[in-house]
Amino acid sequence: MAEGSEAIGRMRASFPDAVLGEGEFRGQCWAVVKAERLLEVAKWLRDDPANAYDVLLDVTAVHWPEEPLPMHVVIHLHSRERNDRLRLKVPTGDTGPVPSLTGLWSSADWNERECFDMFGIVFEGHPDLRRILMPDDYTEFPLRKELPLFRG
Amino acid sequence: MAQSKIETFEYSADHPEILTVNMGPSHPATHGVLRVVLKLDGETVVQAVPHLGYLHRGMEKIAENRTYLQFIPYTDRMDYLSPLAANVGFCLAVEELLGIRVPPRGEFLRILCAELARIGSHLVWLGTHALDLGAATMFFHTFKDREWHYDLVEDLTGARLTTSFTRVGGAAHDATPDWLSRLDEFVRAFPARVDEYESLLTKNTIWVDRTQNVGVISAKDAIAQGLTGPRLRSTGVAYDVRKARPYLGYEKFEFDVPVGSAGDVYDSYLVRMEEMRQSTRILRQAIDNMPDGPVNVDDPKIFLPAKKKVLTSMEELIHQFMIVTEGFECPAGEVYHATEVPKGELGFYIVSTGGKCPYRLRIRSSAFNNLSALARMSEGELVADVVAIIGSLDPVMGEVDR
Repeated sequence: MAEGSEAIGRMRASFPDAVLGEGEFRGQCWAVVKAERLLEVAKWLRDDPANAYDVLLDVTAVHWPEEPLPMHVVIHLHSRERNDRLRLKVPTGDTGPVPSLTGLWSSADWNERECFDMFGIVFEGHPDLRRILMPDDYTEFPLRKELPLFRG
Repeated sequence: MAQSKIETFEYSADHPEILTVNMGPSHPATHGVLRVVLKLDGETVVQAVPHLGYLHRGMEKIAENRTYLQFIPYTDRMDYLSPLAANVGFCLAVEELLGIRVPPRGEFLRILCAELARIGSHLVWLGTHALDLGAATMFFHTFKDREWHYDLVEDLTGARLTTSFTRVGGAAHDATPDWLSRLDEFVRAFPARVDEYESLLTKNTIWVDRTQNVGVISAKDAIAQGLTGPRLRSTGVAYDVRKARPYLGYEKFEFDVPVGSAGDVYDSYLVRMEEMRQSTRILRQAIDNMPDGPVNVDDPKIFLPAKKKVLTSMEELIHQFMIVTEGFECPAGEVYHATEVPKGELGFYIVSTGGKCPYRLRIRSSAFNNLSALARMSEGELVADVVAIIGSLDPVMGEVDR
């Protein structure tokens, strides 16, 4: 059984209109979730005993400039109890917004700040959304595809 | 959230007793560019706000512009105390993307690398952590043994720090029987050294006073905060990637996952000490049961041919040229692969659209997530304890950086 597929099945049953799609590669599954429904889906994934995704491993993003919703926030969840992993993808506009997960997992705090710092995605409800790696007066977002590696 | 209180404790007429102190970035105990802004009420920390410093080397951006093989030297420079562990982790992630697995001897060789890296990293941690707390003797002992460890690493890889030893599909070369017997000597002698370290610290009254009940974090908070590695296990959570989600055949090895109970600095010290012993146990088994055969996958499209063949065969020369200049194609897809490095879970999330470079490479570093718990652990402690807490998190700023 591919990792995360059971949870995605349950998610489709419980939130039919929140799941936009799903995929699998090398036994790892992901679900594409609507940004506006992310908070309730995430809360359900954490609190429902059948899911029990109690660890938020990582929040990051991938920039697809050609797509109508270019920023895909990628969230990795881990369930210690079931030893299962799940990837959520949340497509969003150029600067978001995406609801912040800091209320559910405190590890979202720094990870979302980094995501904001690198991509410029605004996490709504984040208590302290400011740059974490780059200087405060830096104006660009380094991991966006339009920013070149070298500017000669 | 801890940070949301920032405004509350700014120096003001309402709070004349609150003093703001910068700890770092040139403080020896902040281990690099870390700066912690402390708000102090007397000697008690009211609030600690970590600033990570502007080390930013753009690792992830560079990865998008390099072939997979070209990125391996960059992994050396992430956690510079255990470059071998990061080499192994990155190559495993790319291999998962490719859908290949290295031969048994290659896996054993990588286990040797990963466990050597763990011992080396914990040695530096122990020496510097004890030095931070005033126990200078420890530093001389551990650095002497690290020298021994570094000699082994150098003889295997050709470099002491920038090892770049693993390749996608194997390793740069096999270990020689002579090297294995020297490693065997190390493995035989090392547990006695750990006992000696323990005899210096474990029951030392000053050490116990400085570390017990300091920087306490509950298991629940540690999980929510995303802690991994020894600092998580010090709270009693027996989570180790090697056990929970085995890679490289770790499931065939006998070893224990040491756990603490108090979740304080002292328990994280004990966990790491025991981890060094467990690592020697794994090394012992790997040396004794090392299978014969090649260490590399037999795929000329991915793996560089042996140097001898390059010099004698035109076809192999062309293969070498193509792999070095152009790299190899990876299928479109995405994987997240995690390994247990000395500091916790190191994950590589690779998004590939096909082609020779990753479309996006994300590094989930344990040091970054561990350090995010610093504010929570420091509040309410004495200012001198912040040094102990930073040490117990074992941050390496090269890995915190992206």
